[in-house]
Amino acid sequence: MKYIDEFRDGEVARGLAEAIRREANPERRYHFMEFCGGHTHAISRYGVSDLLPDNVKMIHGPGCPVCVLPIGRVDQAIRLALENGVTLCTYGDCLRVPASDSLSLLKAKARGGDIRMVYSSADAVALAQKNPDKQVVFFAIGFETTTPPTAVAIKQAATLGLKNFSVLCCHVLTPSAISSILESPEVRQWGTVPLDGFIGPAHVSTIIGSRPYEFFAEEYRKPVVIAGFEPLDVMQAIRMLIRQVNEGRAEVENEFSRAVDRDGNKKAQQLVAEVFEMRKNFEWRGLNILPYSALRIRSQFAEFDAEKRFPLDYQPVPDHKACECGAILRGVKRPQDCKLFGTVCTPENPIGSCMVSSEGACAAHYTYGRYKDV
Amino acid sequence: MCLAIPARIVELRSDDLAVVDLAGVKKEISLALVDNVVVGDYVIVHVGYALNKLDPEEAAKTLALFAELGQLDAPSAVH
Repeated sequence: MKYIDEFRDGEVARGLAEAIRREANPERRYHFMEFCGGHTHAISRYGVSDLLPDNVKMIHGPGCPVCVLPIGRVDQAIRLALENGVTLCTYGDCLRVPASDSLSLLKAKARGGDIRMVYSSADAVALAQKNPDKQVVFFAIGFETTTPPTAVAIKQAATLGLKNFSVLCCHVLTPSAISSILESPEVRQWGTVPLDGFIGPAHVSTIIGSRPYEFFAEEYRKPVVIAGFEPLDVMQAIRMLIRQVNEGRAEVENEFSRAVDRDGNKKAQQLVAEVFEMRKNFEWRGLNILPYSALRIRSQFAEFDAEKRFPLDYQPVPDHKACECGAILRGVKRPQDCKLFGTVCTPENPIGSCMVSSEGACAAHYTYGRYKDV
Repeated sequence: MCLAIPARIVELRSDDLAVVDLAGVKKEISLALVDNVVVGDYVIVHVGYALNKLDPEEAAKTLALFAELGQLDAPSAVH
């Protein structure tokens, strides 16, 4: 397909691998974190790590929205379906996220909860329109890519005057997660992972632009290269990062200029600002409570806020004791370092969140890289 | 979750809706987040919404850069 196949060309990948090999200084080591789950998936699926010299290492960051969704939030969604009798709609990836009492949304559905998978927030609004006698709640998760569609859905529900539609808003912000990687008490607890630069998000950046990363480049002296999700994009970004490190630069560069500019999608940003405001605190799975890291629905749209419409206290729930997702999300440990990996924790029966989505570090390694070192 | 794909607009409909073609598969998406889209444009589609337009000139530039690299590296690949 156009704009996909050209960015997966094997011949060109070999050329890029050779260029990387030539430019990487054998005297030093390079550690780059790809922030997005989309990049993690591409690196595992296309074997990008195998094309890199030994002194260039990729670290999988916390950029998979399913992986950073805390148990307590999934519990709220389950309670809505099982105790409040709502029709709960959400994206497919959320259904298998492990929650309390060995439950997940899929298992809650088996217990009689009316839980539906939707492809789009618009589908949830349409479902509410068709079923005026049922309360329909959209369990909205994700980074800056899924937030504007949720804003559109809420505005649409307001225009239609729907009385049976609301949103359990769990949208989170990318720059906050990057900050937490660079400075947090856990970095001291787990030890810090050496980081020479970031591959910046692809589709998140189509919305927010490249400007928000300038802070990290300036304040922390970390180069950031925004890259598309195809394997050649990722390889070119690695090459650009190596070049910045070699030249002692720390700038924001944009490999994904075909879809990202400095300012992003202002129309989408405007919609998000109209419907949402910052939450003071939000718990992330594996990263603990991060200040000003998530969004909530503004009071003028309160009637579409499930947290206001239903009795929904938030109860934090600790992860499984043996689960290493927290350390894996921060790049301190690798999936194969976790005792549960590939034994009790598999994509069919995930214990931790990194095993749920195909973009999680554990699921990607399980699917594409598990036997590499055998 | 973040996987989004470039798709070509083949039809504009009312209420900010459009139809995209994905290798022969047609799908209705929302254009609520983008302005000035015309038939033939490529957009990045995610959870049923076009997130942004794709700039064909910038895509060509990136591909040209890759092609240039391939040529430069061809001799060393042989050795």
